[in-house]
Amino acid sequence: MGEAIVITSGKGGVGKTTTTANIGTALALMDKKVCLIDTDIGLRNLDVVMGLENRIIYDIVDVIQGRCKLKQALIKDKRFEYLSLLPAAQTSDKTAVTTEGMKTIINELKQEYEYIIIDCPAGIEQGFQNAIAGADRAIVVTTPEKSSVRDADRIIGLLEKEEMQERPRLVINRIRNHMVKTGDMIDIDDIVQLLSIDLIGIVIDDDEVIKASNKGEPVAIHPNSKASIAYRNIARRILGETVPLQSLEDEKGVFQKVKKFFGIRS
Amino acid sequence: MHDTKQLITIKGTREGITLFIDESCSFNQAMNELHDKIISSRPKNDEPIVSVKVKLGNRYLKEEQEKDLRKIFNEENRFEIHSIESDVIRKEDALKWIEESKMKLVNRIVRSGQVLEIDGDLLLIGDVNPGGKVVSTGNIFIMGHLYGIAHAGVDGDRSAFIVASYMKPTQLRIADYLSRAPDYESDGVYMECGLIDEEQDKIIIDRLQVLSHKRKEISRFERRIQNG
Repeated sequence: MGEAIVITSGKGGVGKTTTTANIGTALALMDKKVCLIDTDIGLRNLDVVMGLENRIIYDIVDVIQGRCKLKQALIKDKRFEYLSLLPAAQTSDKTAVTTEGMKTIINELKQEYEYIIIDCPAGIEQGFQNAIAGADRAIVVTTPEKSSVRDADRIIGLLEKEEMQERPRLVINRIRNHMVKTGDMIDIDDIVQLLSIDLIGIVIDDDEVIKASNKGEPVAIHPNSKASIAYRNIARRILGETVPLQSLEDEKGVFQKVKKFFGIRS
Repeated sequence: MHDTKQLITIKGTREGITLFIDESCSFNQAMNELHDKIISSRPKNDEPIVSVKVKLGNRYLKEEQEKDLRKIFNEENRFEIHSIESDVIRKEDALKWIEESKMKLVNRIVRSGQVLEIDGDLLLIGDVNPGGKVVSTGNIFIMGHLYGIAHAGVDGDRSAFIVASYMKPTQLRIADYLSRAPDYESDGVYMECGLIDEEQDKIIIDRLQVLSHKRKEISRFERRIQNG
């Protein structure tokens, strides 16, 4: 019996889809059977980030309205055997999906897959309600910006009303190193204290993420970038491992080490 | 006079006159005598308006009865009723007072978009996040951070106040007063309270210590017993 995790944020553009794609990929890398569901009906792009756009024949609305079987709509990933995607419809709107329909689909997928990762649309309307309907757990994504933290707070409030197995967990995305140093960014500790939920990972703002997703391959498959390691760490924490938080500092060069030796602040 | 016992007793004080109505006679009897008294003691036209305090003893006035009483005074516009005091209240009202004076303990976080509304005093253990709102008819005590909006004395109680372990609210509201955070970035304050300052006619934030002399009757129940 699998577990369904919804990735949500309230605000748009904070990286829900990227997080969904990368957590899914990272879990698949660890030989887990994973299915991704895009619930952003009308504005789908999880398939684009995964590079599977050209393989879509049926979508989630077709499944709910009985035009095809669930198995027919699932798209197998080109890199991992046990990674699948259930794409959103591009032509219908959010009312085409019902909470009951979502629950049925997720329960069916749970028989086959170990992890079902649901990409939630922005907002708190029907699309959000559909996305969280069948979820056992939730991960809230936020960036270190006031507006995004505010929306995350609102979303957590709504999630707490749902009966989930555990409290939502937090991913802080797009952390900018240089702004942390200058103190121009909201402190991670302050965000965690305000939202008062457990942190499951922090992801540094990394150009590699954009490069990779434009190529249609999640950054998590490249082992060298900082963001990739961050997503892999999140996946390991989902599996229950204890992984320390990534250091925000860059690797120090020899020159900086010397400066540090002489007590000069870099 | 058909009876030796006076049903209405009038005493003059510096603030005006106090009028005692006998508590054992019938309401109509008392009203008749009051009417006669007022007619007979009609002041001359050039005298100033007299303020009257009515004491009912152990008599409870229904709404219509109170209206009748006021009408008698209003017919003669030389008098102005300052207050009507009774030593008894209805059970219903008493229970409501107790309900309102109870401290409601809530243990949660009030997040953005959520509103926590309480009758009486609120003791919140947890934060009020930005965009969240707590509203009470009495005082508000927050053991946690107040970042959102707190509205105390929402039914118009201007003596209500707001206390928080850490205060950096977007707005403080007490009765019909409102104050908001300054437009510049500022630090919050620890262990302070917000209350209406009568002299400045606005909400001020001050150290908790000032509460002990500015709001002596901290319990809402005591306040109601004394002020009705």
